[in-house]
Amino acid sequence: MITINNLHASIDGKEILKGLNLEVKAGEVHAIMGPNGAGKSTLASVLAGREEYEITDGSVDFDGKDLLELSTEDRAREGLFLAFQYPVEIPGVSNVNFLRTALNEIREYKGEESISAKDFMAMVREKSAIVELDAKLASRSVNEGFSGGEKKRNEIFQMAMLEPKLAILDETDSGLDIDALRIVANGVNTLKSKDNATIVITHYQRLLDYIVPDFVHVLYNGRIVKSGTKELALELEEKGYDWIKAEVDAH
Amino acid sequence: MNELIQDSKVTSFVEFLPKTKLPFNNELLLKASDVLKSIDFPTTRTEAWKYTRLGRIAAIPTREQIARAGKNLSREFINANFQISNNGLTFVFENGIFRSDLSSGEFPKGATIKPLTGCTKEELATVGQSIPLENELFNSMNTVYAIDGMSIVIEDKTIIEEPIQFIHLLTGKNTVANLRNFIHIGKFAKAEIMQSFFALDAENSFANSITEINVSENAHLIVNKLQCEAEGNFHVSTEQVDQAKDATFTINTFTLDGTFVRNNLNISVNGVNATTNLNGAYILNKQQHVDNHTCVDHRAPHCNSNELYKGVIDNKATAVFNGKVFVRKDAQKINAFQSNANVLLSDFSTVNSKPELEIYADDVKCSHGSTTGQLDEEAVFYLRARGISDRSARNLMVEAFIGQVLEKIENEALLKFTQEKLNKRFNWESIVE
Repeated sequence: MITINNLHASIDGKEILKGLNLEVKAGEVHAIMGPNGAGKSTLASVLAGREEYEITDGSVDFDGKDLLELSTEDRAREGLFLAFQYPVEIPGVSNVNFLRTALNEIREYKGEESISAKDFMAMVREKSAIVELDAKLASRSVNEGFSGGEKKRNEIFQMAMLEPKLAILDETDSGLDIDALRIVANGVNTLKSKDNATIVITHYQRLLDYIVPDFVHVLYNGRIVKSGTKELALELEEKGYDWIKAEVDAH
Repeated sequence: MNELIQDSKVTSFVEFLPKTKLPFNNELLLKASDVLKSIDFPTTRTEAWKYTRLGRIAAIPTREQIARAGKNLSREFINANFQISNNGLTFVFENGIFRSDLSSGEFPKGATIKPLTGCTKEELATVGQSIPLENELFNSMNTVYAIDGMSIVIEDKTIIEEPIQFIHLLTGKNTVANLRNFIHIGKFAKAEIMQSFFALDAENSFANSITEINVSENAHLIVNKLQCEAEGNFHVSTEQVDQAKDATFTINTFTLDGTFVRNNLNISVNGVNATTNLNGAYILNKQQHVDNHTCVDHRAPHCNSNELYKGVIDNKATAVFNGKVFVRKDAQKINAFQSNANVLLSDFSTVNSKPELEIYADDVKCSHGSTTGQLDEEAVFYLRARGISDRSARNLMVEAFIGQVLEKIENEALLKFTQEKLNKRFNWESIVE
């Protein structure tokens, strides 16, 4: 699905990613954990195509395409989805209007017919139920006046609508209470299939009780320094990151 | 001592314009002529014209053109291109001249709608009473050289359901069209008027329009003003509104095209418990210049006024907003709200926004605000990250911004017409869902 090879990225001349390697196959869930400042959100931003970052080395293959050559919108059209850590409020732009525009531009890109208003509304009803998002929120301005939990549920709702091949959840769990966390995780699990993949970026092991990863990676100092299964997350929860830092720094 | 008579630009500008044939009050005409002899085109040193230069209007070689009407047009063509509502009463003017061949011949009971050229001296006796002439070039010019315009008189307690549409077409090269309209809405009457301005194969032409509006006790009037004069033409218009007690007056001013547009909107709220709504949207491109000067003068207590003007300015266009709210000493318990918001889409676009409140009463609720900014780039990125192109993302956000004014339009036909104009000019998809 996605193969990241020796990825180096910097912002304002400061190198954040320093040779990151990662491979995610269809049907898999990968968790990326790591201390503050390790480069977790940078990885998400670089993959989504934020232009502030400069890629100095490395490559990213996304389902046979050179991801780094694609514009942000084309990455989304190819099936990459980023659930934002801080979803943006856009006053006046209605959630449904924006999603219909998005769906239709994606369909146009793929050479498909645009969706009818009737089918679209049926889809909105079906998908908003997955994250228990009130239908009223779907017709309001994007994220405007939404609570923290509603914003994150709205991210997963959008993910459900766009049906991406690869979803990257950037600290989607931060700030959620346990009920909202369950709803979000349930949404992600419902959308999971053998044909898509998920990268979960998180600070807390808690989320991984609900979204069970196939692999857990530790990102530290711009690189993945340790990979394992879900037990690694528990170990990190218990012991923190210092032992890993020590291990890496010893080399 | 020898008096040196110097030809001002004004003198040579008006020299070849035909003097008005309308039966206006003689004193009024004399006074306006005197003003024209004594003043010149205002410069940016004049406070009211600080950000708006009139050089291009002053330079129109008027000697080369005398306003005429006679373009070969059919009703079908007017309906297809300029008529906003199909079930309305339509009155068409070309360069200020009434086109009876393109206009509705009948009007509903209780309404008298006709060109000023068809009015008697008695019927026009009050024209000009509230229009200031001293130092006012365009008002004076309009008075002395008014070609024609509409007289709309709605009798007391008359409800006119269908919108009254006034369509003004500017045609020809170097045309100067002085239009004069007079609207009287009787007590407890209700009407909706659409004033729309277009240019048809016009070039370097200028429309100078004055509309005097009188909204009587407990009357309701909506005026929708749509300015679509094409690139290369100029427009100055003044609405002078008098509002009596318990009256509701709403004016929506949408400037969609035209190289130079200046709107003077003066509303005198003379009676208690009146409501005044002023909404404006201006969407500018290229080198357009649009200047909205509004003034709401609260002279009586217990009134409400709401003003919302929003602008989107692209390329090298410039916008001016000057909104004044006066609250007189005895006008207590006034709620007056004013807001102007602008989005600049290019590094070369400019806005000069000046909200002004002058309050002499001590028990009022008034607020004003002015914001000017750019599109939120983080929001643009968010939309793009969902598969929307950069262009569509920006369009969506601009539409949403201006949509907050457009949604004030109650008339669906007008909303649709406005949307289509904008879609065509800016390649937008939909403005209001």
